[in-house]
Amino acid sequence: MNFELSEEQILIRQTVRDFAEREVKPLAQDLDEKGLFSIELTKKMGELGLFGMYLPEKYGGQGLDTLSYIIAVEELARIDGSQAATLAAHNSLGIGPLYYYGTEEQKMKYLPQLTTGNALWAFGLTEPDAGSDSRGTKTTGKLKDGTWEINGSKIFITNGASDIAVGVTTQVVSAVIDGKKQFSTIIVEKGTGGFSQVQMHGKMMWRASDTAELYFDNCVVPEENLLGKVGEGSKIMLSTLDNGRLSIAAMGLGLAQGALEMAVQYSKERKQFGKTINSFQAISFRIADMATKVELGRNLLYKACKLKDAHKDFGKQAAMAKLYCSEIAKEVADDAVQIHGGYGLMKDYPIERFYRDQRLLQIGEGTSEIQRLVIARKVINE
Amino acid sequence: MKALICIGHVPDTTSKIRFTDNDTKFDTTDIQYIIGPYEELGLTRLLDIKDAGTDLHITAINVGLKETEATLRKALAMGADEAVRIDIDPTDAFFVAKQIAEVFKNGEYDFIVTGKESIDYNGGQVDGMIAEFLNIPSVTGATKFDLLEGKAGFEREIDGGKEVVESVFPFVTSAGKDFAKEPRIPGMRGIMAARRKKLEVITPVEQNLKTEVSKHYLPAAKPACKMVSPDNVEELVRLLHEEAKII
Repeated sequence: MNFELSEEQILIRQTVRDFAEREVKPLAQDLDEKGLFSIELTKKMGELGLFGMYLPEKYGGQGLDTLSYIIAVEELARIDGSQAATLAAHNSLGIGPLYYYGTEEQKMKYLPQLTTGNALWAFGLTEPDAGSDSRGTKTTGKLKDGTWEINGSKIFITNGASDIAVGVTTQVVSAVIDGKKQFSTIIVEKGTGGFSQVQMHGKMMWRASDTAELYFDNCVVPEENLLGKVGEGSKIMLSTLDNGRLSIAAMGLGLAQGALEMAVQYSKERKQFGKTINSFQAISFRIADMATKVELGRNLLYKACKLKDAHKDFGKQAAMAKLYCSEIAKEVADDAVQIHGGYGLMKDYPIERFYRDQRLLQIGEGTSEIQRLVIARKVINE
Repeated sequence: MKALICIGHVPDTTSKIRFTDNDTKFDTTDIQYIIGPYEELGLTRLLDIKDAGTDLHITAINVGLKETEATLRKALAMGADEAVRIDIDPTDAFFVAKQIAEVFKNGEYDFIVTGKESIDYNGGQVDGMIAEFLNIPSVTGATKFDLLEGKAGFEREIDGGKEVVESVFPFVTSAGKDFAKEPRIPGMRGIMAARRKKLEVITPVEQNLKTEVSKHYLPAAKPACKMVSPDNVEELVRLLHEEAKII
C-alpha cells in the first residue's frame, strides 16, 4: 500500500500549517474565551482557497482530492477546533449536498459565492427531539401550488446564524405514506419570510464556531428549491454524513496530533526530581501510546479518503475513522492534560481548550454509538 | 521586465542537525526542506510588485538535484511564473554563483534577487559573486526594494541608521529581513496552478571545485544555568569573575 503523499498534498499540509500557525493560533484562545465567531478568519480561509477545495474550477473550487481536503481540516484542527469546525461543516455539510445533489442551475447559483469565505451554508438535520433518531424529524414541508411551506425547527446547526450564514439545506417530512415518513431536502435562503436564525451560546467546546437554532414558521420557498428529488431526503442525509464523518475524523486526528505535540514539548521543558519529565518512563510510555494512536488514526482515515477518491465504497471505513479518531482525540487530549499536571487545567495552556474541544467529536455527526451501529451492520452483513 | 529569484532549498529551521561520512556531510535523513526564509521574502516582494501592476515575469531558479523540485514548486505555487533547476548537487557558493550567472547571461533578465544568506551554511556570498561574474552592481542585505523609472531603489541597514541606494539595471540584490512584510502563503489555487507551470531542468556549466568541507562541528552544549539568589550579589560577582571570567 502506498503511504506516500503527493507533492501537492505535502505542500497543502505545509501551507495550511503555516496559515494556522500564523493567522489562527494568535487569536484562538481569545476567540474561545469570548465565544466569538470570526468573520475575518473565515474570509482569510476563503482567500486561501479552503472552501470548496474539492469542487471543479467552474464552481469556484480547485478540483483537489478528498485527502487534500482532509489534510487541510487536520492541520487547522491541530491548532484550533473552532476554525476547523467552520471549515469542515461548510465543506462537507454546506457545500457537499448542493454539489452532489443540486441541479446545474442550483450549483451555479450557490456554489461560487460559497467558495469565497464571504458566505457560509448549513445543513439542517438535527432537531430538539430528533438526534441519532433522524426519522424522528418533525419539521414538515408541504408542496402546494408550486411552493414549499416549511414549519418546524432545527438545533445545533453549525454555520447557521452568523452574519455570513446565507442559507441552509434542511431536511423535512414531505409526506406520510402508509404511516411511514417520506423525507425531502429543501434549500432555504437567509431573509426568506418565516425563516429565522438564532445563535446558540454557552457551549463548552468549539466556542469560536457559529452554532444555531433555525426556525421555520410558515416559511415559503419556490418548488425549485427542492434539492434532489422528492423522497430522497434520507439518501442525501446518509451520503452527506458519510462525507461528514471523514472531516470529523480529521478534526479528531488533528486535535490529537496537536495535543501530542504539546505534551511532548511540555515534557521536554518541565523538570521534576531534577530531570525533565520525559526521562521518566511513566511519561515517555504514555507519549509512545499517544503517538501510536495518532499514527493508527491517520492510516485509517487516509485509507478511507483514498477509497473515496478511487470511487469505491468507503462508508464502513469512514465510520471507523470517525469513531476511532474522535475517541483517540479524547484519550490523547486526556493524556496530554495529565502530562501537563496542574498547568493543564489552566487556560494559559491551550491543552485546556483541546480537552474541551474533543468532547464534541464523539457526539456530532453521529455519536460513537451510532458509528458502532453502522460498522456492525456493515461487518455483519458483509 | 524579467527577474530571476534564487530559491534556496534548506532544512526546516526546527530540523535536528546531524552529520555523516566522518562529519564531512550533512545527514539528510528525516529532514524537511523549505524555501530559505530570505529568498521567500525576496519572492514575496517581487509578487507584491507584480500584483501592484508592474509587468514583471518572475523565474525561480535553484541549483540542485531532483528532490529540490518540491521547493521550486512551492515558489511556483506562491506565484512565480516559471522555474529553472540546474541539475547538479551544489558544492560551494562559487559554483552556485557561476551557474546562476550563466543562466542570467543567456536569458535577457533585468535583475537577480537572492536571499542575504542561506540558513544552512550561512555563506552570504552568492549575490556578490554573481555580481562579480557578470560585472554588475550588487546591493546586499536590502531591507526595502522598489522598481522605479529606469532604476531600482533600495534601503539597507547600516550601523546606527539606514542607507538609501539606487541602482541601474541590471543588478543583483540580496533580500534582508524586512524586504517584504511576511512571506506569502500560497493558496490552494496557486498550488494547483503550479502543476501546470513550466519547470525547466538544465545542465550545469563545467566548473572546477574550489573549496571543500573537511569537517563539521556541532556547537558545544550550553552549560547548565546557575541560579543565584537575588540577595547574594557577592556570589554573582564571584561567579562572573572566577567562572565566567567576563568581569
